[in-house]
Amino acid sequence: MPPITGFFIGLLFGTGLILSGMTDPGKVIGFLDLRGAWDPSLGLVMAGAIAVSAIAFRIARRRNRTLAGGRLELPSNKTIDGRLAGGSLAFGIGWGLAGFCPGPALVSLTAGHAKAALFVLAMLAGMAAFELMERARRTPGGAVGAQEQ
Amino acid sequence: MSIDWNHFTPWTSLAGGLLIGLAVALFLLLQGRILGISGITGGLLRFRRGDIGWRLAFIAGLLAASPAWVLFAPAVAPRIDADWPTLVIAGLLVGLGTRYGSGCTSGHGVCGLSRMSPRSLTATAIFMAAGFLTVFAVRHALA
Repeated sequence: MPPITGFFIGLLFGTGLILSGMTDPGKVIGFLDLRGAWDPSLGLVMAGAIAVSAIAFRIARRRNRTLAGGRLELPSNKTIDGRLAGGSLAFGIGWGLAGFCPGPALVSLTAGHAKAALFVLAMLAGMAAFELMERARRTPGGAVGAQEQ
Repeated sequence: MSIDWNHFTPWTSLAGGLLIGLAVALFLLLQGRILGISGITGGLLRFRRGDIGWRLAFIAGLLAASPAWVLFAPAVAPRIDADWPTLVIAGLLVGLGTRYGSGCTSGHGVCGLSRMSPRSLTATAIFMAAGFLTVFAVRHALA
């Protein structure tokens, strides 16, 4: 895929996030707060996104190739383990504390909000720490990259 | 529980969701990959040759969204209530957690549920539950 295509898909994704309201942590927390006045918007974002992408996954599965005939690189890991559960738990706590998940945080970075920039810096530090710990854990020669979604 | 009608935006949220789905669809059918923000971003920090360009191109597009948006519509003022120390802790948890858990709201939430992956369904159930409980603790139990 040419870089310009990747750029426009990123732009499309980011625009969708802004339009949906998900770049506003107050709105995300409004969804996560079932006890207070509940804002169901995030549910509709997920529903809209899944409705379209589910069709694309069906097409991809049937073709088993990209439109240009390239290879599909879909996750093959099926193990549900402590890494998946513990990681998701930590992510959910951080998400609830700040109201930011990775996509909206990156989009907010260029909207000129110092607090979003701080969150992104901490998030990148967390990701870098993961890479360092993974590198230390792997035995030399037997390096296998972690499955990514 | 009551609905917050002042903030509920059904149409723009649904429309935004459709755009997100379209981006996921294009990325899958053209690049052959899952569109997961934490994976795309985190993979950059692996500094593997030949695996950098497409990630940077996508992230550049993501970063261009806010500047492009204000050319056509008023900027959305985010409500970031968390204080600075909380944001640092939250950012670290999100960075570490999404990499250990192999995905975030986009990779597990949107893509994983779309392809009905049991792994992603598990991850999504856990991070949603953790999000609900954290907000409950911060806003109600500890407040």
